[in-house]
Amino acid sequence: MTEVVSLREAYGKTLVEMGRENPDIVMLDADLCRSTMTQFFAAEFPERSFDCGIAEQNMIGIAAGLAASGKIPFASTFAVFVPGRCYDQIRMSIAQPKLNVKLVTTHGGITVGEDGTSHQSAEDLALITSFPGFTVIVPADAIETVQAVRAAAASYGPFYIRLPRPKLPLVYDRSYRFELGRAVTLQLGGQATIIAIGVMVTAALEAAANLKREGVDCRVLNMPTLKPIDEAAIIAATGTGAIVTVEEHLEHGGLGSAVARVVARHRPVPIEFVAIKDTYAKSGKPGQLLERYGLTTKDIEQAVHTVLKKKGG
Amino acid sequence: MALPKRTNPSSVTSAAKRKAEVFSSSASLKEMEALAKRMRRHIVTIIGKAGSGHPGGSLSAVEIVSTLYFRVLRHKPQDPQWTDRDRFILSKGHAAPLLYTVLAECGYFPVAELATLRQLDSRLQGHTDRNLTPGVEMSAGALGQGLSFAIGVALAGRLNAQSYRVYVLLGDGECNEGQIWEAAMAAAHFKVDNLTAIVDRNRLQLDGWCCDVMDSEPFAQKWWAFGWQVIEVDGHDFTQLGRAFTRAKKIKGKPTVIIAHTIKGKGVSFMENNPDFHGKAPTAEEVEIALKELK
Repeated sequence: MTEVVSLREAYGKTLVEMGRENPDIVMLDADLCRSTMTQFFAAEFPERSFDCGIAEQNMIGIAAGLAASGKIPFASTFAVFVPGRCYDQIRMSIAQPKLNVKLVTTHGGITVGEDGTSHQSAEDLALITSFPGFTVIVPADAIETVQAVRAAAASYGPFYIRLPRPKLPLVYDRSYRFELGRAVTLQLGGQATIIAIGVMVTAALEAAANLKREGVDCRVLNMPTLKPIDEAAIIAATGTGAIVTVEEHLEHGGLGSAVARVVARHRPVPIEFVAIKDTYAKSGKPGQLLERYGLTTKDIEQAVHTVLKKKGG
Repeated sequence: MALPKRTNPSSVTSAAKRKAEVFSSSASLKEMEALAKRMRRHIVTIIGKAGSGHPGGSLSAVEIVSTLYFRVLRHKPQDPQWTDRDRFILSKGHAAPLLYTVLAECGYFPVAELATLRQLDSRLQGHTDRNLTPGVEMSAGALGQGLSFAIGVALAGRLNAQSYRVYVLLGDGECNEGQIWEAAMAAAHFKVDNLTAIVDRNRLQLDGWCCDVMDSEPFAQKWWAFGWQVIEVDGHDFTQLGRAFTRAKKIKGKPTVIIAHTIKGKGVSFMENNPDFHGKAPTAEEVEIALKELK
């Protein structure tokens, strides 16, 4: 069985390693150090750690001021609070001036689970991708998380990285090399393309394997960089004549919207969207919620069948 | 797909910048008074020419900002990114015309450029843009954000063992924003004693008197209760302002707020204490009358 690893912990440990290598890396949190795993950094570098208390707007402003003075701030909290609670602060203090702030949020999506609507984040990608100049990454496993966090530190400008609460199976092995702005082809195939992001990548691979047994041959792409999106990979995917996007986010404003824009502009082909429909999710176990809100392997397979019918017709 | 290569703009240096000198002025009280009048004339003129803008809150803080730039800050107009400069952060971004005026008077850019305020492609945007205007530290205008930003700048100075000081100008109406009080709590918690906030206490905001719109009294006690050293001055008195800044530098272990009591629209009779001129430009006739009063 595939190893299951925490992405949050991978982030926390990577931040400490980067802190050892670069004294300009500083950390901010909003009373969630133990949940976001910035606690490791706080323990080793107390003088470079700023727990701002339960005051996310102020945290964003302090991070911007540190960045304007040459620091590389990593600011973390839950994805529902950043960007949601600080939209205007991110807009004017970080995005407009293009400051070098790295927002790494955890507990993204609905797999937060039992805490319910107030703690689930199904809108964050729509909000954060609306800011001009932001780079947005949603890693699929712990290995990709480590490299995405390092890439963010190494590249000047505002970044948003969204991590989930649950541990996830490894999609990659140690030989994987993450590239900013590049999709990754996980499986070759010619009848349709499944483009997935974040926690849904594993489900997309499972769906593709099941479909293969039925004789349906799907290409599977992981799209870790949501913005700027890999247009070339999407245009190439239109060559399969049908696309299914898969994300743990509202259908509005996430991966599906971004892919549809590229497809519509370059070479229209039918698309199906596996995403949360226009609703709020409830409390429940992560697996129950994924099932209730249409984010299972079965939902992906069904979407492929639907899109193939449209392609054929 | 190739990503655009991004570099940190502040890392760029040039021979001209290396030669730049620290701004120094030995302006007498009389010269400061003349400077203040000149700045007020600029403010009224350029907002009138632009046809929109916020004269009231620019005119109220002329003495505060001119004292800082001519008597307090260590800065280099020829090298706005000098890493050891004292920082002035304008949080009440609608007073952009005031900041542009003092920057031009110090030589950051030509005084003639002030006339381009609010025009398409001007470096002088309606509200400040830190990537466009030399000497502007923060993109502001969305109220309530400057104090947090200033804390970040002050903490970076402490981490780098740099001796620069950070000054941030807030409006009293702006202090309605909850983020100001989040930041007030944090500044005291982090003991940022290299930070001085100045509140332009002109007692007016867009909808009327502050006490009628959203009463913030007891105002000084609020700052005190949040852990700040509080100094209250007449915000139009150069001597009191100078003394307050000197005192603030000596206060250790906590941040200082200077509550500067001012008159909104100061210097122009029909703008003084008149909320109509919070965010309305004077007509050509009104500019003419104002300039006569500011002779």
